[in-house]
Amino acid sequence: MIIIGERINGMFKDIAKAINDRDPGPVHEWAKKQEYNGAHYLDINVGPSSTEPVEAMKWLVEVTQEASDLPLALDSTKYDAIEAGLKLCKQPAMINSVPAEMAKMERVFAMAAEYGAEVIGLAMNEEGIPKDADMRVGLAAELVATADAFGIAPDMLYIDPLVLPCNVAQDHGPEVMRTLREIKMISDPAPKTTVGLSNISQGTKNRELINRTFAVMAMANGLDSAIADASDDELMAAVAAARIILDMDIYCDSFVDVFKQRNR
Amino acid sequence: MAVEILKEKYRGKVGEVVLGATKENGGTRGHTITVGGETALPFLHFEGEIPNRPVVALEVWDINPEWNPCFDDYYGDVYDDAGAWAKKCVEEYGADLIQVRLKGADPDLNDYSPEDCAATVKKVLEAVSVPVMVIGCGKAEKDNTLYNPIAEAAAGENLVMGVAELENYKSVTSACMANNHVVIAQSPIDINICKQLNILIAEMSPAMSSRIIIDPTVAALGYGIEYSYSIMERARNGALQGDKMLAMPMYGNAGFESWRQKEANISDEEQPGWGEQAERGILWEATTAMAYLQSGIDILVMRHPEALKVIKGNIDDLMKDNSY
Repeated sequence: MIIIGERINGMFKDIAKAINDRDPGPVHEWAKKQEYNGAHYLDINVGPSSTEPVEAMKWLVEVTQEASDLPLALDSTKYDAIEAGLKLCKQPAMINSVPAEMAKMERVFAMAAEYGAEVIGLAMNEEGIPKDADMRVGLAAELVATADAFGIAPDMLYIDPLVLPCNVAQDHGPEVMRTLREIKMISDPAPKTTVGLSNISQGTKNRELINRTFAVMAMANGLDSAIADASDDELMAAVAAARIILDMDIYCDSFVDVFKQRNR
Repeated sequence: MAVEILKEKYRGKVGEVVLGATKENGGTRGHTITVGGETALPFLHFEGEIPNRPVVALEVWDINPEWNPCFDDYYGDVYDDAGAWAKKCVEEYGADLIQVRLKGADPDLNDYSPEDCAATVKKVLEAVSVPVMVIGCGKAEKDNTLYNPIAEAAAGENLVMGVAELENYKSVTSACMANNHVVIAQSPIDINICKQLNILIAEMSPAMSSRIIIDPTVAALGYGIEYSYSIMERARNGALQGDKMLAMPMYGNAGFESWRQKEANISDEEQPGWGEQAERGILWEATTAMAYLQSGIDILVMRHPEALKVIKGNIDDLMKDNSY
């Protein structure tokens, strides 16, 4: 599974402070740490409180690239900030994210085509997050079709079925699983899938257990990637085991270490 | 409308390993051989690169091997001289490289000392200018005493040495690490052990991960060839899909295995319906080897010069560009 490391995010106090003080230290540290732990992409989010998101994004992209060669997932609802970041990315990046709303899709897919970026597409629109799988798959199909019109192949898209906390929206769980399965039938090649893993456990006890259980269940239903905490050792071990059971990696006794070290 | 031919795209690549070293690199070989580097399944030139042709070695033993008498015409005069034997294999029979099997070190046979074995290897190195592979007698306890003296005596030559096994990989690996040789990692027709052993060797020294040759253990035709074949196929698919711990060139003792079987050896008198023995043996060996070419082998160790000839012709055909 492709892990998009979630830690360089202004929602975390240390990163917010680093952005504010223009102190590269914590950003470098988290970039290296997440890469070491097996992340494949680094999510870059300036956080909700930033007053100058474009400048903050530019700084964060440059500083992160000083410490890591991993591709970046530029995470913002402000597309000017994403575009400013894309210009600075040394290798093709990922845009996180766009909902199935026409004006936003037009802006984001044009940008993705120009910079060769992958895109995370959210299975939601102006009306919010659908409750059932059918609506989610319908929105995913809209994302695939619109991307295609901009010359973006379906496998450049990561569809996020959108996960709600299991303590407030328990009935969404099975719908998300079904959505993951059915997204794979939209097109050939199929779009990829992703989730913001820790959303499932917001406000619950035993968050790590819920996160990793969800991760392996979702993998069995076709999940390709997750925005997750790469330094959660138990999560990474569970993903490694799931990859063996799904015949995605050839078993060997060191399968956990091999999975974690594949980037080193 | 033009039909678009779908071609498989692979993420991974088999690592390239150089065998032997010329004077510039501290050895005395006339040339080196590079194996591996494939970016597609065997000989599918239209889907990727097969940059290096598979190579064929002949075996040389350090004692009279008491092989089937049909070998006497070829090797009878050199059984007692490993140097002359190796020279004949290269100059008369066209072997790309030589594999020395130090069978005489077996405590139940001649119990040759580590110094004797190192001298044999030196002798072969002096007799031929092709890259040389060296394997022990097959008894781990004795073989572990051989690796260091041989590795040191041949320092700089970039030998291929073996074998490392899951339960016994450290001595041969450290001998190779210290003297810059290539190691053969042998697993018993088991993909999981194959991968694990490569990991363990690479853990001893990351530099060794590009100096490993996989010996998946090849069986002869009729004796489990399909098991070896499918393990090799799986390993190669893994390598091409990006599994670095399986992305090494592969090697197999096709001659040794084929000539252990009754189908290669039994006389015409005993089995008149099976056809003439020598021809049958050659075909048994060549057919075994051909199957392994198709499953991605990079180094074949053969025994009969006629079987080698067949296989080299086969490789010539398979290496013809079929891309479109």
